[in-house]
Order: sequence, then structure tokens, then C-alpha cells
Amino acid sequence: MIVDAPATKIRITALSKTFGAAGTGVRALEGIDLTVRENEFLALVGASGCGKSTLLRILAGLEAPSAGEVQVDERPVTGPGADRAVVFQDYSLFPWLTVLENIRFCRGLRAHRGAGTTAEAASAVDRSYALLELMGLEASRDRYPNQLSGGMRQRVAIARALMSRPEVLLMDEPFGALDAQTREVMHDLILYLFEVERTTIVFVTHDVEEAVYLADRVVVLAPHPGRIDSTHAIELPPPLERNQEIKLSAPFIAQKRAILDRIRATSSVQRDLETVRRLARLGKVTGRAAAAG
Amino acid sequence: MARVMQTTLPAARRDRLRGRPRPAGSAWRVRGSLPRTLYVAVACAGFATLLGLWWGLSASGAVNPLFLPTPPQVVERCVEWYRDGSLLADTRISVLRVVGGFVISTAMAVPLGLYIGAFRPVQAFFEPLVEFARYLPAVAFVPLVLLWVGIGEGSKITIIWIGTFFQQVLLIAEDVRRVPQAQIEAAQTMGASGGEILQRVLFKSALPAIVDTLRITLGWAWTYLVVAELVASNSGLGFAILQAQRFLQTGKILVGILMIGAIGLATDQVMRLIHRLAFPWLHGR
Repeated sequence: MIVDAPATKIRITALSKTFGAAGTGVRALEGIDLTVRENEFLALVGASGCGKSTLLRILAGLEAPSAGEVQVDERPVTGPGADRAVVFQDYSLFPWLTVLENIRFCRGLRAHRGAGTTAEAASAVDRSYALLELMGLEASRDRYPNQLSGGMRQRVAIARALMSRPEVLLMDEPFGALDAQTREVMHDLILYLFEVERTTIVFVTHDVEEAVYLADRVVVLAPHPGRIDSTHAIELPPPLERNQEIKLSAPFIAQKRAILDRIRATSSVQRDLETVRRLARLGKVTGRAAAAG
Repeated sequence: MARVMQTTLPAARRDRLRGRPRPAGSAWRVRGSLPRTLYVAVACAGFATLLGLWWGLSASGAVNPLFLPTPPQVVERCVEWYRDGSLLADTRISVLRVVGGFVISTAMAVPLGLYIGAFRPVQAFFEPLVEFARYLPAVAFVPLVLLWVGIGEGSKITIIWIGTFFQQVLLIAEDVRRVPQAQIEAAQTMGASGGEILQRVLFKSALPAIVDTLRITLGWAWTYLVVAELVASNSGLGFAILQAQRFLQTGKILVGILMIGAIGLATDQVMRLIHRLAFPWLHGR
């Protein structure tokens, strides 16, 4: 019996990115080799400055690599394109368009008009309503982004990105600005979408719990220069069987701990207790001096 | 002892409260709120104060009435000017000149500002040029404009154009540059072309700021109208003001100035209203 290996969706080879002049510039990424399979949910995590967002922006074509190459479906990425949709952290919705108009924005672009048959247009209209329903946004379809909560805005951004049926969905800390409860709701929504839409997702986050809960595979990047530190295949039930309870299970905690350990090992933050104590002593001394004065 | 404590406490409390943030709802809090009716009342009080000062000063006899007539005298002048039929004619021709110069200037400045704000090479080519032209004094161009364009309506419109166009271009380019990068990138990742981003994102996103820019530059157009009419005209409010000066009709000068002020205030309010009606997404919630 022959089992087909899943097709490669994204192939990153020997990718480097330097900001500023070569030699003196900041080396944001160096020697990145990574493949993402078709229909895989990959999370990129790492200490701040590890270049995870830069890597995502290169995948989106918003940033050009200094060296190396990115291929999506065997075609090199040379710029932004409708096959790779991006969900940004915030402020990317068009404030002058209503929720529904935002979701349908791509339909007005030449890239999506194509041979535009009536049947296609009708199916696009259907799709926009289906996404609206899926995201629980029906009641707000005619509202403007500045009338929505942060969580609702991000749901619109996700619906808008999915509207064009992208091959790859790139998400750059999409829930970074949301409160913890809203974020949990969004997690389950994303897992559901991932199952329904069967797309390939690359997800950048600084929240390891989020990464473990959502992803099939978590890649830890190390900073200065940004490089791949380790890759962790996540062993959890399939997306639709995951729920918030899993976060308390032993395997979940163990995987989360393993990844956190790698991030700590690669970050340069001092966790030296003596330094903290010295800081506390200094605070007391200045406090007393102020009281005396 | 207890009594002393009581009398000293409020003072101490007052000291402690001084400099503290004011309670929510207070009109005097930084960026506090003021009900609409009260706002209008305070605005009217501002005008009333100006009128009162003027009236008091002119009626007290401290100033020669030849230089500063009283408000009733100015109103009288206004009625006189209206009766002989030339006030409306002068106002009409002045408004037409401003509208003409401003519309031509805007029609050129909006697309150019959009391209400067969107494309670096266009910015490199035009912006230093416009920046330079902006400092050339429009008033000093009057003799040249008269030589080039003649003394017809073209010269007034040209002077208004010189005075407003360069400022408009720079301000609109800046409005376009302030469009959040995330909006542009979102459109790019949906496959939008440069032209589509210009039309569907930059223009739409910057439009409220552009309308504000137009509202402010319209005031400058009026300034240059008066300049043009003072030196190169035989009609219009600016010309009438100059004529009045020759005959020492200070009342008529004031009528002309107040007329321009009133027209400016009215158009400003209309443009604010347009802003509110045209951009519900900004004022929503």
C-alpha cells in the first residue's frame, strides 16, 4: 500500500534578510530552510526580534528577501498576490467600507474579476454571506469598522482574507490586541475554519499556548540573527476535537513547556535573581530618601 | 482643638485637590465635553464680546468716528451699498472669482497630490519644485500676471491659483501619505494593482482629510482674491474696499471686510456639514 506524501505548499530555501546596508545592517533572518505541507497549520514563535513577522511578510511578498527563495506551489514569490491572503494584527480594515463591503473588497479588483461569469459572481455573493454567517457577523453587516469591537474587527479581517479562496492564509499575530476571553473564542473559530476551508495556514504569534493549541507544527525561531532553532510536531487530537479543556492536559502542558524552554534558552533576557534583588533594594533606598526629604 | 481641625481641613483638602484631574463630565477637563446648545451659546458670546468692544470703543468718543464708525453706522452703510445695487453685484463677482480659481486649483492639486503621496519618483520630481514655488510670494506675481494674462478675469483667477495651488498640493500629498500602511498592504495582498490602490484605497482613505484641507485652503483663496482685486480690478469686494479707502469711507471698508468674513464662515459651516454627511464612517458609533 502506497501512502501519498502530502504535497509541499511552501518551500523556503536558504532565505536571508538584512535590513540596511549589507555588512553593517541588522541581520533579521539568516539561512532559513523550511517547507510547509499542503493543508498544514504551522505556527512561528520566538523571542522578540527573532524575525518571525519578517518571515511572514516575505512569504506574503510584502518584503523582498536579501538572499534565498520562497516558492508557493512551485512558483517563486516575487510580490504580494491574491493566492496568499494576510490577516494583520490590526488597523488593516477599510474604515470607509461596511463589514459586508470590506469582505467583498477583493471582488472589485481586476485580479478577481477574471472571466467573471454570472454564476461566478452569484457564488461569490453566496460566499460572502456564508462567511458573514460563519463569523457571526450577520447582525453587523452594515456597520463600519469603528463601530465594532476588536474581536469583531478581526473576524471581519479573517472573512475578508478568506473571501478570495487563498491557497495560503498568513496570519501575523492576529489576536495580539484582543483580551484573553475573546482570543479563546477566536481560537476555536480558527480551528473550525481550518477544518472547513482546508487551506494552509502560517500563523505568527508570541503566545506559545495559542501556537500549541492551534498548530500541527510549531517552529521556534531564535534571534540575532533570526534562524530556526527547533521544530515541534504537536501531538493533539484533530482540530475539531480540541477544546479549551485540552490546555490543562499533561501532554499539552509538556509540549508547551518544551517550546517555552527553547524560547527562554534563545532569548537574552536576564532572569538573574540577584539583579532583581538589587533593583528592589535601590527602590527602597530612594523611597526612604524621598520620605525624609 | 477639634474646631481648629475642622476649619483647617477644607483648606488642606483644597490644596490636595488643586491640580488634580477634574471629574468626568466637567467641561473644563482636558478634551471634556460641552452640550451642543451651550457650545453655540458660548460661540455667540464670542461674537457678542467683539461687537461689544467695538461698540464701546467707537461710541465712547475715544476714537475718531472717521476711523472707527459705530456698528449702527456700518449697518447703515451696508443698507446704502445694498440699495444702490452694487453690494450684491460686487459680492457675486468676488464669489465667482474665488470659486473659479479654487475649483481650477483643486482639480489640479488633488490628482497631483495623490500621485506625489503614492509614488516616490513623482514625489522626488514635484515636491521640491512645489515646495520652492510655495515660497514665491503670490503678491509679487501680480505685475507679471497682468503682463501675461492681461487685466481680465483670467488674471484674478491666476493669482488665486498661485496662492492656493502649491499649498494644496503639499497638504494633499501629506494627507495621502498619512494613510495607514496596513490598509495599503491589505489591498496588495488581495491582488490590487497600483492604480487600484490609488483609486480604491489611498483616495478613499484620505478623502476626509482632503476635504478638510480644501476647507482650510478656501480661506486662503479669499485672501488672494482681495489681493487680486486691490491691484487689478474695477469690480468686486476687494475693489470696493480700495475705492472706499480713497474716499475715507471707513464704514464701507468694514462692510466689505465683514461681508468676506460672513461668506467665509458660512462656506466653512457648509463644508463641515458636507464632511459630517459624506463620511458617516468617521462619525459613527
